[in-house]
Amino acid sequence: MKSAETLTVTTSSEREIVMTRVFDAPRQLVFDAHTKPDLVKRWLLGPPGWSMPVCEIDLRVGGKYRYVWRRDSDGTQMGIGGVYREIVAPERIVNTERFDEAWYPGEGLGTLVLVERGGKTTLTNTMRYESRAARDAILKSGMETGVAASYDRLAELLASTT
Amino acid sequence: MNSGRLDATFAALADPTRRAILARLASGEASVTTLAKPFAMSQPAISKHLKVLERAGLIRRGRDAQRRPRRLEPKPLADATRWLERYRRLWEGRYQHLDALLDELKTKEKTPGDHR
Repeated sequence: MKSAETLTVTTSSEREIVMTRVFDAPRQLVFDAHTKPDLVKRWLLGPPGWSMPVCEIDLRVGGKYRYVWRRDSDGTQMGIGGVYREIVAPERIVNTERFDEAWYPGEGLGTLVLVERGGKTTLTNTMRYESRAARDAILKSGMETGVAASYDRLAELLASTT
Repeated sequence: MNSGRLDATFAALADPTRRAILARLASGEASVTTLAKPFAMSQPAISKHLKVLERAGLIRRGRDAQRRPRRLEPKPLADATRWLERYRRLWEGRYQHLDALLDELKTKEKTPGDHR
């Protein structure tokens, strides 16, 4: 009936990455999928070939979360964790974010906002880093699927952000 | 890849007016006057944005000395887009899994007998 919703990724300022995506589901379900470990493990995957053996969430202000991904071919692990700063169920979560391998300075701060309209939920995920260098390191990191973007795709990206 | 150049590219892309200028230039070179038209901005204000884009290497001036049209310089944009694109692909994959999961959860909620 419908094609997949479009994910937009933009750099709204020098220190931020903003992602926006619409989901065809009520907000409470989208919130659950971000906060219940057995659900998070189903979708917050790494690149192909990676599994997510650790997903711990202590959902309260000051509580911690920890995620670990593992490349099954050679056992390489990548972990990330942080602390919840703000929780307004089912509409807003603010948490710190730091990779185990600290190859960028300082902590990131993630803000997830869910807005429901007509049974659909618009998700906006803003990640703010302590410096532009940190943000650029994140953008550069890990995602080994690197397919050269065509020029058309760029125009599309630009059009969707203006 | 030169990371200083990439910094300049992302900084230049962080502004909506500059992104709109680039989108316009993607369909061909244009003079400053033409570029200024769609915006409620003075020509000096637009020129300032053009300078930022130029310094970041995203645009350059054409040969016509009279009109000095600006044109897109594709390489740095392609580099920057490639980064964003990789990031986008990872999350796009994740969100497609999330779509499937949400469909499943919705079905469960609707199953008669589940609600008591």
